[in-house]
Amino acid sequence: MRPMHNFWTVLFHTYFTKLRSKQFIISTVITLLIILVLGNISKIIDFFNSGENQERLAVIDQSNSLFEPFKKQLKEVNPDIQLQKTNASEEELKKNVLNDEIKGYLVLSLNDENRPMAVYKAASLADSTVPNDLQYALQQVSMVWTAGQLKLTQEELMKLNAPVSFEMEALNANAKTVEELNQARGLVYVLLFVIYFAVIMYANMIAMEVAVEKSSRVMEILISSVPPITQMFAKILGVALLSLTQLALWLIVGYVSIKQNLESMDGGFFSFFGFQNTSLSTILYAVIFFILGYLLYATMAAFLGSLVSRIEDVQQLITPMILTVVAGFMLAIFGLSNPEASYVTITSYIPPFTPMLMFLRVGMLDLPIWEPLLGIGLLIASIAILAVFGARVYKGGVLMYGKSNALKDIKKALQLSKNK
Amino acid sequence: MTLKLEQVTKKFGDFTAVDKLSLSIPEKEMFGFLGANGAGKTTTFRMILGLLAPTEGTITWNGEKIDYSTSPYIGYLPEERGLYPKLKVKDQIVYLARLRGMNKKDALKELANWLERFKVPEYAEKKVEELSKGNQQKIQFIAAVIHKPKLLILDEPFSGLDPVNVEQLKEAVIDLKNAGTSIVFSSHRMEHVEELCEHLCILHRGSPVVHGSLKEIKRSFGKKNLVIHADFDLNFLKDFPGVVKAKTTVEGIQLQIEREETAQQLLQEIVDKGFIRKFQIEEPSLHDIFIEKVGAAYA
Repeated sequence: MRPMHNFWTVLFHTYFTKLRSKQFIISTVITLLIILVLGNISKIIDFFNSGENQERLAVIDQSNSLFEPFKKQLKEVNPDIQLQKTNASEEELKKNVLNDEIKGYLVLSLNDENRPMAVYKAASLADSTVPNDLQYALQQVSMVWTAGQLKLTQEELMKLNAPVSFEMEALNANAKTVEELNQARGLVYVLLFVIYFAVIMYANMIAMEVAVEKSSRVMEILISSVPPITQMFAKILGVALLSLTQLALWLIVGYVSIKQNLESMDGGFFSFFGFQNTSLSTILYAVIFFILGYLLYATMAAFLGSLVSRIEDVQQLITPMILTVVAGFMLAIFGLSNPEASYVTITSYIPPFTPMLMFLRVGMLDLPIWEPLLGIGLLIASIAILAVFGARVYKGGVLMYGKSNALKDIKKALQLSKNK
Repeated sequence: MTLKLEQVTKKFGDFTAVDKLSLSIPEKEMFGFLGANGAGKTTTFRMILGLLAPTEGTITWNGEKIDYSTSPYIGYLPEERGLYPKLKVKDQIVYLARLRGMNKKDALKELANWLERFKVPEYAEKKVEELSKGNQQKIQFIAAVIHKPKLLILDEPFSGLDPVNVEQLKEAVIDLKNAGTSIVFSSHRMEHVEELCEHLCILHRGSPVVHGSLKEIKRSFGKKNLVIHADFDLNFLKDFPGVVKAKTTVEGIQLQIEREETAQQLLQEIVDKGFIRKFQIEEPSLHDIFIEKVGAAYA
């Protein structure tokens, strides 16, 4: 009964000390603020633009016939641009621009081939929206203009512009449709990011936690009252609980703030990320791979943390681990556009990559059930091996002080923890 | 409640840290562990605590193996001091006490008593990193004893403390012993061991060179110290048969002699030479015994 009691004591101690730490509170709050800002971004942009979203431009129409069609066309493209026909000289207009009375001016004319052309002049060209809209509108005007010259009817013109019909169909009965794939891609994308950041952030936290206990030498008292393996897993789960708290907070705030802005998004965002009708199995796999991925890297981080004697050495020792996570993430991101590539298939069975790459395949492809199960099985087996190995390194590692040299230290730690 | 070590050996690769150590530490006693740096004291403690497994031999307490089920009855003050630097004294003592099987309420009450005793009640709310090293050591000591262990292991408890704090801690240790705790402690400082321990053991390169009760050890050592203060030059005594060592002091001479009879002969030698202010035979100090047994390795 006692080891269990101590397990919970360590777990909750880890959880509450971290939860109350300034670092945790500050980073959580800052991230919450960022989520709030991103969630309300459209409102915020509107707020800043509401006062002065009318751009005033002067137009010199040298052709004497382009202004009206151009104005009509532009209104459809961007109603916020106000055009004013003028007879003033360019010198005067230049002054007006520099005095900020108008944003800029446009000289409309016909070129040698009798087609519309324009010159746009403004104080600076930093804003590309206005010239782009002007150019687009003029392009439309030019098309109609030229069509008129070629004596094309409106119908003929529309035929010229009509988009081709191009449809895709997967022959495999279970294969995902294009819409399903797009939805899955969005979800996989988001979850890859979540797995990636969570693993890096929380594995780092565990390694630091162990290293702090070791470098402050409180470890020797701890392991004389709690078995190292109990302590290690209590710590890993304590931080896991913390990560869930943090993720839940972020998700709730993110969900609420996005939901409030849902109408302003017209479902565009959601349909892109595929949150509307995601299959239950994909969500289930996401949770499974997230948890297993966390456990794998957290166990690794805990035993690496037990090897260093100074906090400064933590980063150096866990860098290879972080790079592995990064490599997995990169492979998965490249694999998103081609989930059937053989490198994706192969790496999805390599345990450190499985959480990301097998999830990618499960989400995007139609896999026979044994494939993800095999991946999960391999992952669980390697977590178990790592846990047993890690606990032994941890037990010896925490008694060891001195300069770190990873490989030698692991060997020494194993020797120290040997039981008879 | 005897702590028994039988033929305990610990090897790290080819290096033997502790070699066939057999000890019996009686209940409610204070047992001193002496040894030069690297003699194997800390390794022995770690084996007693079950942190390291002996290569050979057995360690029992009360006839039982020491493991995590006995941890509530054992207190440990490691040589390398350490607490969580960022945690409040109160929080970490409660945490460590709970890991040794105490509940929060009792732990807080005990902590208040101890802080009161060390005259620093305001430390409960302070972070450890804000305290001086000596005061951190007091907190660490409290962490080792708060759960009223039956067996207390103190690795160099007095190192780095000023004399006032040493006295405070010594009193606390004596009180614990009188309350029935068996205490094992190690030290470099002979006078602490001499003052506190009934039994002791001097380790040298992993083997016990001296082991037994303090009185027994002193008696069996045989050699005595002889202090002579006189108004005339005493240096000629240095070459006298039976004199092992001699040291000239300001007031006279200090000799180490083989037997008490040698003193008798020396007295006859000098009694006519002038005025003798002091002539005293002393028990050998632990310091002398240590130097003799461990020898140059410690110097």
